[in-house]
Amino acid sequence: MKPTLPLTAPDLAIAALLVVLDGVLSVALGLGLHRQLAVAAARMVLQLVLIGFVLRYVFALASPAVTLLVVLLMMTVAAREVAVRPEQRLARFGNFAVGGAAVALATLLTSVLALTTALRPQPWYDARYAIPLAGIVLGNVLNAASLALDALLGAVVRERASIEAQLALGATIGVAMRRLVRDAVRRALLPIVNQMSAAGVVTLPGIMTGQILAGVDPMEAVKYQILLMFLLAGGSGLAAVATVLLAARRLTDGRQRLRLDRLLRR
Amino acid sequence: MRLRLAGLRSALAGPFDLSVAAGACVAVTGPSGSGKSLLLRMIADLDPNEGEVWCDDVPRAAMPAPEWRRRVAYAAAEPGWWAETVAPHFSDLAAAKSLAGAIGLAPALLVGLVARLSTGERQRLALLRTLLPAPPVLLLDEPTAALDAGSVAQVEALLRARLAAGAAVLLVTHDAALAARLGQRRFAMQAGKLAPA
Repeated sequence: MKPTLPLTAPDLAIAALLVVLDGVLSVALGLGLHRQLAVAAARMVLQLVLIGFVLRYVFALASPAVTLLVVLLMMTVAAREVAVRPEQRLARFGNFAVGGAAVALATLLTSVLALTTALRPQPWYDARYAIPLAGIVLGNVLNAASLALDALLGAVVRERASIEAQLALGATIGVAMRRLVRDAVRRALLPIVNQMSAAGVVTLPGIMTGQILAGVDPMEAVKYQILLMFLLAGGSGLAAVATVLLAARRLTDGRQRLRLDRLLRR
Repeated sequence: MRLRLAGLRSALAGPFDLSVAAGACVAVTGPSGSGKSLLLRMIADLDPNEGEVWCDDVPRAAMPAPEWRRRVAYAAAEPGWWAETVAPHFSDLAAAKSLAGAIGLAPALLVGLVARLSTGERQRLALLRTLLPAPPVLLLDEPTAALDAGSVAQVEALLRARLAAGAAVLLVTHDAALAARLGQRRFAMQAGKLAPA
């Protein structure tokens, strides 16, 4: 499929002048940002061109094993992002394990659901659909999982006395942590709720904008956007709940203690 | 024996061997950081520990931790609160109100905000919520630290009533006079070890 208005290198060069303008502003106002700006712009172009080549190659290969490998690689990077965000660390690479499990579960479930029901490419694991879909779901799932993990780990440290007071009176660890678990999941779901409420009114989502610019009929673009929003909402919910439950499990033991000794401070 | 410890220890304190009979109070004094609170937390199974503990000759390992903690109730030196108002911290609010007067607390405090309470009020309310279900063993960490002499006397009278009813009390305190008045046996904690005092 060719876009209706194909972009050429000179087209992009003209747009790049805007980044040069930023650089000029930085020098003129003494912001000291021009180096970072140049590096960031160069990185962005290089990374995107590289991924363009990689995707073209992977699409052409049409090998399920390679597709799976690419998706797993993306998930590993996402799990690492989830792991490093919180100020608290679960011992024995707990953050990475929790983030990885939650991100993988949520991404696989929602992506496979969309590929086998709504989108139905032939075959359903066609890299052209599976990889971009997994990518956009991962981005949101990563966000939800890292917010959930940060919220829960921060809360157990802050609320240690209140959790242990309940335990000391004979509450189960599940009851003692219920409020913190609920708050962490809620916090993780706020961004997707905001994103859905503002969609089309405050913001035109990036995917939809890209599709419309590439010549797709707005109604078709809208349908895809709605599908994606649902997937992202479902994925975020799954990731948040899985993250919080897995992390909470690591913070307790068989005798229903609060094991803050399993947290390392950064 | 209401409470019995055999070889109770962790990496930081112990081993402890101790028995407390029904109606008896054992007082533990000692410098801050010597392991007094740690001992109570280990008995309540709130910190990882090794060794054996019995309540009324039933081993701790024989029951789930929440059930153990209902029998062997621990009140921390700095009580925790899990709701903004006082009421949700009590399973039986009516019973709490009827007992509040005995330790100088106005019943109105029980329907107020936790944030409005003074340190002494918090301490007594936390003691109240621990005492109300009438657990056979009480592990009390500095229950009178923030109280004036009058309130200390009221709390002491309440604890004596519990002892008379058959409870066993393990009391950690800095107050040597209180330890002398309440504790039939007294121990001093020094660097994670108990010695008779």
